[in-house]
Amino acid sequence: MKIHEYQAKDIFKKYSISIPNETVCRTVDEVVAASQEIGLPCVIKAQVMVGGRGKAGGIKIAKTDVEIKDYAAAILGMEIKGIPVRKVLVSEAVAIASESYLGIINDRTEKKTVVMACKEGGVEIEEVARQKPEAIYKVYADPLVGLLDHKAREIGLFLYENPKVAFECAAITLKLYKLFIELDSSLAEINPLVVDKSGRLIALDAKINFDDNGLYRHPDIEAMRDRESQDENELLARERDLSYVRLTGNIGCVVNGAGLAMATMDLVKHFGGEPANFLDIGGSSSPEKVMNALEILLKDKNVKVIFFNIFGGITRCDDVAHGILQAKKSLNIKQPIVARLTGTNEDKAMEILKEAGLIFAATMDDGAKKAIELLQ
Amino acid sequence: MSILVNNDTKLVVQGITGRDGSFHTRQMLNYGTKVVAGVTPGKGGIDIEGIPVFNTVAEAVEKTNANTSVIFVPSKFAVSAIYEAIDAGITLIVCISEGIPTIEMVKITAYLKHKDCRLVGPNSPGVVSPGQAKVGILPGHIFKKGAVGVISRSGTLTYEIVDHITKVGLGQSTCIGIGGDPIIGTKFIDCLELFANDNDTEAVVIVGEIGGRDEQDTAYYIKENFKKPVFGFVAGKTAPPDKRMGHAGAIISGTSGTAAEKVKIFKECSIKVGDTPAEVADLVKRAV
Repeated sequence: MKIHEYQAKDIFKKYSISIPNETVCRTVDEVVAASQEIGLPCVIKAQVMVGGRGKAGGIKIAKTDVEIKDYAAAILGMEIKGIPVRKVLVSEAVAIASESYLGIINDRTEKKTVVMACKEGGVEIEEVARQKPEAIYKVYADPLVGLLDHKAREIGLFLYENPKVAFECAAITLKLYKLFIELDSSLAEINPLVVDKSGRLIALDAKINFDDNGLYRHPDIEAMRDRESQDENELLARERDLSYVRLTGNIGCVVNGAGLAMATMDLVKHFGGEPANFLDIGGSSSPEKVMNALEILLKDKNVKVIFFNIFGGITRCDDVAHGILQAKKSLNIKQPIVARLTGTNEDKAMEILKEAGLIFAATMDDGAKKAIELLQ
Repeated sequence: MSILVNNDTKLVVQGITGRDGSFHTRQMLNYGTKVVAGVTPGKGGIDIEGIPVFNTVAEAVEKTNANTSVIFVPSKFAVSAIYEAIDAGITLIVCISEGIPTIEMVKITAYLKHKDCRLVGPNSPGVVSPGQAKVGILPGHIFKKGAVGVISRSGTLTYEIVDHITKVGLGQSTCIGIGGDPIIGTKFIDCLELFANDNDTEAVVIVGEIGGRDEQDTAYYIKENFKKPVFGFVAGKTAPPDKRMGHAGAIISGTSGTAAEKVKIFKECSIKVGDTPAEVADLVKRAV
């Protein structure tokens, strides 16, 4: 799960990591009031959970009251990568002496928590990792003891020559690690971490992602979820314990299992079609789950054909068949349905569906091809 | 031969009294797996499918000599179930449960370091050595005894590919679902090390997906160290960046961990890649 920069900074505040003086605003009037409080010049930053805000014009420095109003109106009205900007952060313009990068993730390869530092700030760390891996300094936390003080000091001394700044950085590193562990974070990043003209270290930007598997023990974090800026279908799917991601095509896919669901999308594309979505109905599927899945799928008006690809194991094909029948009646489905149902109780499923007007497919290749043909 | 599970597997089912645990205990017994014990704290003394249930894994091991455990408990209890199995002297744990926080897997990995115990999963569909033992939830009927080793991060996609392999007339030595989480107990390379020494395995199929760089590291390992032919498949070519595709580990982070990157490195390392599940089986058929 992702949160906004302003929410991440609230967490930083709780962990005593210094941030600029700033306020989150929803309207131009609020921005004007905040700028008067903070003093000019001010930075106005769009609060959207996608990268490349600066390039898209979502971050501006305003030096006058006129600019404050103009920029606030422009940014609050814009869309960045298709996401409307509903909130901005109004922040003091920090006089920057130097910028660097500090981030923590769980390293999948080493199976340990790793702290990464880079002397360049504002970078995309994955890009640096690929192109200039030697520019990233890494220290690993001991899984059972934690991040040791001297390891944090290594980070500080790598980034800064001035020992006072280096040790202040070490303290920030330890705080960032503490919040990473305590909140089941999957990414905690200060990018850039800046030294201002008076030698103070400030987290100019903040990014915290959370491990979805850990959310059950952090209801306060779950409550930070921005429902407004999430796809309504994705939210609904989440509530109903289904896994759904909207894509841009017109062949709606209903699949059991995440790997097979991805492979089904890929196969549709492979044969020249465009998948409308990723949708995993999960393991032990009941007819209700299939109903829920179809309801979500059909909210996407681009869907012209529905392709069921079910490999029954725990999932019983007859459950899926009952779900399809019920949904056809109650949701008044007009789109043709291609069904490939194999595995547990497939014979029963065929019996249930024989009068239902579906197009049956023997294999997943056959199903994908038939779905594509129906569009022509 | 085969790897990980075989005729010597004596299985304890943790969470045997739950809905999934009892259902799959029956399925595993039907397959011929030697299920010797079940564990559910507080339910010790009863029988499920004729299998004695104990309160602790230690007691189950003491009374039945169980050497392998399969975990079906809800995610909130799965972490302690894993530690309990490790401490009871179980040498192979297959964790079917999903939803374990990543940081807990970091700790479990460290705890396992000096123990004589291997963890497969979490979020694994299980391990099958056809004709010998099935541990987990994979549907037994799609497997056939043979010489192809299968290692996969997925569940149903594994069934799809195994089914194709069986239908082209080949069979499997062992099929391992390593699990779809970011941090897992046993990775592709760990399985390959075992397959390298298994005389029954002539070729290996690797079923990967988006997220992380395990496939990439595995490809380089194969190029340097692994002599048997390897075939690959990568799911998620059409997956958008920064969206979790079901599995906790299946996420393209910025521009890294894409299917294209993985396929490219597979090919650079002389691993033949099928564009579709059916194609993978055809490639294996032609080579073996």
